Amino acid sequence: MTGVVDYGMGNLHSIIHKLHYIGARTTVITGPDDFRGVDRIILPGVGHFAKGMHNLRESGLLDALDSLVQGEGLPVLGICLGAQLLCRDSQESDNGRVVQGLGWIDGHVRRFDADRMHCRLKVPHMGWNTLRATNDSPLFTDLDAAAPYYFVHSYHLSEVPAEQVAAVTDYGYSFVSAVRKGNIHGTQFHPEKSHMNGLDLLDNFLELC
Amino acid sequence: MFRPRVIPCLLLKGDGLVKTMRFADPVYVGDPMNAVRIFNMRLADEIIFLDIEASLEGRSISPDLVRRIGEECFMPFAVGGGIRTTDQIRQLFRAGAEKAVLNTGAVECPDCISKAADMFGSQSIVVCIDVREDASHEKKVAVRSGRKITGLDPVAFARDMERRGAGEIMINSIDREGTMSGYDLGLIRQVSDAVSIPVIASGGAGDLAHMREALHDGNASAVSAGSMFVFQGPRRGVLISFPEQDELMALSPLCEADLNGS
Repeated sequence: MTGVVDYGMGNLHSIIHKLHYIGARTTVITGPDDFRGVDRIILPGVGHFAKGMHNLRESGLLDALDSLVQGEGLPVLGICLGAQLLCRDSQESDNGRVVQGLGWIDGHVRRFDADRMHCRLKVPHMGWNTLRATNDSPLFTDLDAAAPYYFVHSYHLSEVPAEQVAAVTDYGYSFVSAVRKGNIHGTQFHPEKSHMNGLDLLDNFLELC
Repeated sequence: MFRPRVIPCLLLKGDGLVKTMRFADPVYVGDPMNAVRIFNMRLADEIIFLDIEASLEGRSISPDLVRRIGEECFMPFAVGGGIRTTDQIRQLFRAGAEKAVLNTGAVECPDCISKAADMFGSQSIVVCIDVREDASHEKKVAVRSGRKITGLDPVAFARDMERRGAGEIMINSIDREGTMSGYDLGLIRQVSDAVSIPVIASGGAGDLAHMREALHDGNASAVSAGSMFVFQGPRRGVLISFPEQDELMALSPLCEADLNGS
């Protein structure tokens, strides 16, 4: 059973639809008591990092997730904001100070830096873009290497140790678009909105991770 | 390599899809679910559904229809028509839509944009600005399915919407809509250069060259089209289509193509 975490950050229905389409059984997780029978976790989410961490803490999910993922080694897939939350911290806060994340991936989350871009591109990065897989994450097994995926984000993962980077993507400069550390996986793009390539990736998470 | 989004914009009237010209003379072009299946197969980037009667009838686009679309659609989709409250938006997102498009609602209730952006995140709130020439040939914002021309200047209004938290601006020329004669490049460029959020060019696309112009000369971040994807040939026979992926790659920003050397 795949637990999809509902912490009030964005549209769950899209991802649950797609999981059912590929034959997964799902349950919606809104509190620490909802994990019964769950053998893998999807942490979706769009929106504000600080608000996301706040909601995870308020709902009591933070400690439960930590013990299931870090302690028991349940496979987890963070998507978009969910992938960013896996990191140590983010610049996306209400007060200009860095906000702590889950800290499972040894990276940081930073806003797209227009000064680093070799040409002026708008932020958010919104649309279809390709990946370069950098290690053999099971997420990309048998997928078309040239396939585009759907992105929508203003912040991105940064300073992730090479061995935890699963893919990079170019938008003005190269940034980390997928991560993997043991049972912990994250994609900055939305596999649930990326046609069949995205469904194949979700299938890989269910079958191979 | 990044490439700009090419977005079919489909108009709903009742349960059917229609296509208009300059917001008039709706022609029935088919069933929305059938269109979604074709755009799935053709790997469209995103779809926008607009209910062209909702605003006039004082309701929002049907959440039930949106739910059915959500069950079939393998790409992001935006919905609009008569939306003016965060409750309506929540209902449409629950039904499976990724983005809400506000038009009349944004003009008549600008605060709703701030509220919605705060509640759901800017990336899910699109403001569609319909533009029409007034009696003295000045381009002004129009509302209520284009029937009422306000005194608002499109560029100033776009800036205001960005400031209030809109995540995208869709700029639509009513005078070009359905004509397939090319986008209003001047208008698109003015708006694109005035805001830092993505701008979707709309109204007038007839071919890929028009799209290229809107992206490269108009500085748009994305392009949308209706007639181009639902009509075929000079007699405007109904046939739903979408460009091939290699044709779409040719729309990538020039500097991105240089970077990738391919």
